[in-house]
Amino acid sequence: MDIYAQNILDHYKHPRHKEPLPAADATERGSNASCGDDLMVALQFSGQKIKALSFQGHGCAISQAAISILTEALVGKTKNAVLAMDFKTIQSLLGVPISERRYKCAMLGLSTIQKAIKKAKA
Amino acid sequence: MIRRSDFPILKKKIAGRPLVYFDNASSAQKPMSVIRAVSDFYRKYNTNVHRGFNPLAEEATGRYEAAREAVARFIGARREEIIFTRGATEGVNLVARTWGETNLKKGDTVVLSLAEHHANLVPWLQLEDKIGFKLAYIPVKIDGSLDLAAAQELLRRPRVKLLSITQASNVLGIFYDLSKLIRLAKSKGIMTLVDAAQSATHRPIDVRRLDCDFLVFSGHKLWGPTGSGVLYGRREILAKMPPFMGGGDMIDTVYIDHFTTNELPYKFEAGTPDIAAAIGLGEAVRYVNKIGWPTIIKTERELTNYFLRRIKVLPFVRILGTAKPKLPVFAMVIDGIHPHDAADLLGSEGIILRPGRHCAQPIHDHYGVPATLRASLSFYNTRTEIDYFIKKLKELHQAFK
Repeated sequence: MDIYAQNILDHYKHPRHKEPLPAADATERGSNASCGDDLMVALQFSGQKIKALSFQGHGCAISQAAISILTEALVGKTKNAVLAMDFKTIQSLLGVPISERRYKCAMLGLSTIQKAIKKAKA
Repeated sequence: MIRRSDFPILKKKIAGRPLVYFDNASSAQKPMSVIRAVSDFYRKYNTNVHRGFNPLAEEATGRYEAAREAVARFIGARREEIIFTRGATEGVNLVARTWGETNLKKGDTVVLSLAEHHANLVPWLQLEDKIGFKLAYIPVKIDGSLDLAAAQELLRRPRVKLLSITQASNVLGIFYDLSKLIRLAKSKGIMTLVDAAQSATHRPIDVRRLDCDFLVFSGHKLWGPTGSGVLYGRREILAKMPPFMGGGDMIDTVYIDHFTTNELPYKFEAGTPDIAAAIGLGEAVRYVNKIGWPTIIKTERELTNYFLRRIKVLPFVRILGTAKPKLPVFAMVIDGIHPHDAADLLGSEGIILRPGRHCAQPIHDHYGVPATLRASLSFYNTRTEIDYFIKKLKELHQAFK
């Protein structure tokens, strides 16, 4: 059977930064109602940049791996750079093509982070 | 006799692998006779019904009404008690918006079960907001059966006006014998609506014996076309209800300041109906009659027992709903694998399953699981398909370990 790339399974089984972030400047909850993926992201900023990121919650391998990878990849990026990211960014971070049917799973983490940033800017 | 070859789609291959269709509770496949009935309508006698004084309209109307007769006989109703809808969802909404809006008052109670599909829950939540009545839920026991003692207590409370309940859970796959509850409801003057969207594909229905006031089901789960469905309503009650949607065909006379409604069942069928779908549903009912319920029930029971026997030895799988009579509908919780990943990856192997909450979030919350992987079988599924599913599920579990 053609299972996801090793990278995805590794992040799913051993998620990074799956913990509370007491010094968070912004938090946001995101969910895919139809499937039950449910995330809470927490961000700490340093000026215009992201200093730290963590998440909690549960979901499928794609949604969990995507958010886990983002908690590493987004540190040091500016808020605007993160807001400009899209599905292509996620696909290249995951390292495998993501089918149409998994679009919502793959995008849940990024879109929740973007919501948190937008709220913090407002 | 059951013939897989009646269903053209079952010959399909996905990435070179045979299609294993285990999502029948969501929508079932169609036999050739149904597909032909739909295409024949468009190819041979497409025109509107109940309107034209011409041979084409006569044929279209005749076949549309013959489908209604077939459905009426199928569930033991009179023809004027069969209202064609787009599906079970529309049927519940129709009752909520007509009977419900007219008869439910602030302070009343509507009783549902915890195992309801959103289709028999959200319309009542919408109306609850508007009118201010209360919703009460019959609890579900850990084995998936209804808590009948609690149900009886609920129905004995004052000001209960309606019992609206499913006859089979689309998640737990358990058939609920509602006769006792309906009898009790009737003795208390409580109206009853049965959601037969799941049950109608597994057991014969007799509305007179069940003695319910309303019953709804969808055609597409009954091997008929999408866009077809039925609301059964007791004639005396339908006659007193205000119409649902206004428009053509549901009226008798229309003046610039008022209108009068058409007779039953047309009073509730505004606008041009999905004629082809209704005719297709009539054909689906004939197909079921041809195979016969005893054959369907026996085949499904064998498949159910075989599935449970094969799955029981997998320690990493838990099935929600173990009570009897168990239908071939299996909501599974799999250790270490989210239902989405399982459905996605097994889908690439040709096995069509449904992940998620199956439009029934409260029952998932009740069991404390965010989502399940559902396999739902029909009479045309086989032991070989179950074997293939089990083999692939084991491989998947190994990969996620």
